[in-house]
Amino acid sequence: MLRVAQAIFGVAAALFLILPIVAILPLAFTSSIFLNYPIPGYSLRWFNELGQIAHWRNSIVNSLIIGSGATVLSVVLGTLAALGLRGRGIPFPNLLRTIFLLPMVVPAVVLGVGLQISLAQIGLASSYLGVIFSHAVLCVPFVIVSVSTALQGINPTVERAAASLGASPTRVFRRVTMPLAMPGIVTGAVFAFATSLDEVVLTLFVAGPNQRTLARQMFSSIRENISPAVAAAALLLIVGTLLLALLAAYTRRRTAKTVEA
Amino acid sequence: MTAFIELRDVSKTFGQVTVVEGLNLEVRKGEFLSLLGPSGSGKTTILMMLAGFEGATSGDILLDGEKIDHLPPYRRGMGVVFQNYALFPHMSVAENVAFPLEMRGVPKSETRPRVKAALDRVQLGHLADRRPDQLSGGQQQRVALTRALVYEPKVILMDEPLGALDKKLREEMQLEIRELHRRLGLTIIFVTHDQSEALTMSDRIAIFDAGKIAQIGTAGEVYDRPQNRFVAEFIGETNLLDGVVKEPAAVELAIATTIVAPDHGYAAGSRVSVSIRPERLRFDGSGENRLEATISDVVYQGDHLRLHLDAGTLSLVARLERGAAERHPGETVTLSFAAADCSVFPA
Ligand SMILES: Nc1ncnc2c1ncn2[C@@H]1O[C@H](COP(=O)(O)OP(=O)(O)OP(=O)(O)O)[C@@H](O)[C@H]1O
Ligand SMILES: [Mg+2]
Repeated sequence: MLRVAQAIFGVAAALFLILPIVAILPLAFTSSIFLNYPIPGYSLRWFNELGQIAHWRNSIVNSLIIGSGATVLSVVLGTLAALGLRGRGIPFPNLLRTIFLLPMVVPAVVLGVGLQISLAQIGLASSYLGVIFSHAVLCVPFVIVSVSTALQGINPTVERAAASLGASPTRVFRRVTMPLAMPGIVTGAVFAFATSLDEVVLTLFVAGPNQRTLARQMFSSIRENISPAVAAAALLLIVGTLLLALLAAYTRRRTAKTVEA
Repeated sequence: MTAFIELRDVSKTFGQVTVVEGLNLEVRKGEFLSLLGPSGSGKTTILMMLAGFEGATSGDILLDGEKIDHLPPYRRGMGVVFQNYALFPHMSVAENVAFPLEMRGVPKSETRPRVKAALDRVQLGHLADRRPDQLSGGQQQRVALTRALVYEPKVILMDEPLGALDKKLREEMQLEIRELHRRLGLTIIFVTHDQSEALTMSDRIAIFDAGKIAQIGTAGEVYDRPQNRFVAEFIGETNLLDGVVKEPAAVELAIATTIVAPDHGYAAGSRVSVSIRPERLRFDGSGENRLEATISDVVYQGDHLRLHLDAGTLSLVARLERGAAERHPGETVTLSFAAADCSVFPA
């Protein structure tokens, strides 16, 4: 009895989560110019439009540039922070960790206002660098969390063993710590990229017209002219995110086999 | 003979807690020294100070006459074998063993045959491409040992390396390590809390009690001549007879019997304990000392019988070999023992 209830509840929860996605996706293939049902016929015209109309195409390129930049920046910063928080002799490690994770809980609007003011001060308002920097602020906590988890799984005597066998601290890091933390770094990178891809609020505050990202473009086009191009863009985002998640799962699986020992 | 490894007045404190206190220890080249002691007595801490993972709070550590306190672990060239093996999980067996050679810049062409030869020597050649988690505990142990030995370090430090193995494998590995020690002339410092392991393997044993050496000596010395109550009770089993020194070679026991003990040098009137091992208590009347006792229990132990006896307020344990005359609970017997088999130390 309980099992049946569990199954029903599970299915209901899953439907609740995916129905909105399922609702919009077919519209990406509509031949009509309206974003609503019923669908008169199927075509790929809206995907063509994404590729051909300048503001859609630019926004896709922007998303890729900004996403990659934010990912690289946040992976470097987040990994360094996770390593630092793990080391001995760090004062107030828990307080520091909480501060590093703050962007996860601070409302994006607050961050957006703050970043806009700060970036304007240093002359980075409405620049690619400014947007990349802002997105990285949001992405760093994800990287810290996943890298920290991976580092916790490393047996410290393995690193001591490497040192006793003649490896200097940098070589211990390169040959032992880093390879063992790699699944966490990859997962962090995927989270970072996905976070940057669908970030709208911060982008509204800090990006100029030249840095319109895909998510930002969808946001404004749904208010201005509701065209099925939005659905096509949504499909693109979902497929991209799924591919990334699969990539992360794959690297985790592959390394997990060797790390579990 | 000069010391190869020397600890001079070494102390180590963590915060308020003193873990090692005023330790002086000399290890000769080619010696197999065991550090034996109860949990928390500081054995691992001493090993970690030798390996360079912990700094001594005070005192000096010398290797071959030179201070090494300032050297980081990777410059000390000591092979360390950890209790849980600490193999690199992301490398194959061969890569694990090649690691120390790679760190020393040994060319690849030379590394390959050396790794292969080292693995063949411990019958692991066929497992070279496996990952550590695909090996049994005993195989992992041998890989860890091989990895620590392959670059021919001067000193090998082992922290309870056999702790996780079952009894049979343990005994096999004990023999293997003994054999390696002899063949390669290694200097080995071996931490264990298994006294039989220490007794069978070591040239000398250092017995630790709360961060200090309670006694150091050969297996025979620490077993037959314990210098204090802690050692007498920690190593093997013993009977402790409390008493007062009457004259240089006699002790009056609390149960109003005077026994003859070896010349111990304690002043008349001082309180002492006399230790006599169960297997040194005899039933044939030989030896200078006599004790009347009543058998309270006879316990079958396979190759021998264990007798529990009462002599006044004293409880004693004796060992009876198979084939000796049968004994039964309730029987009164006269135990005897030789003065030379007694050890005397302050109570
Ligand atoms: N990093 C540390 N910080 C604080 N106390 C420590 C630290 N390392 C060890 N100790 C303390 O030092 C004492 C000795 O520890 P150590 O590990 O040397 O004992 P051991 O003889 O190896 O014991 P075992 O047989 O259980 O391995 C213990 O009381 C332990 O709690
Ligand atoms: Mg220990």
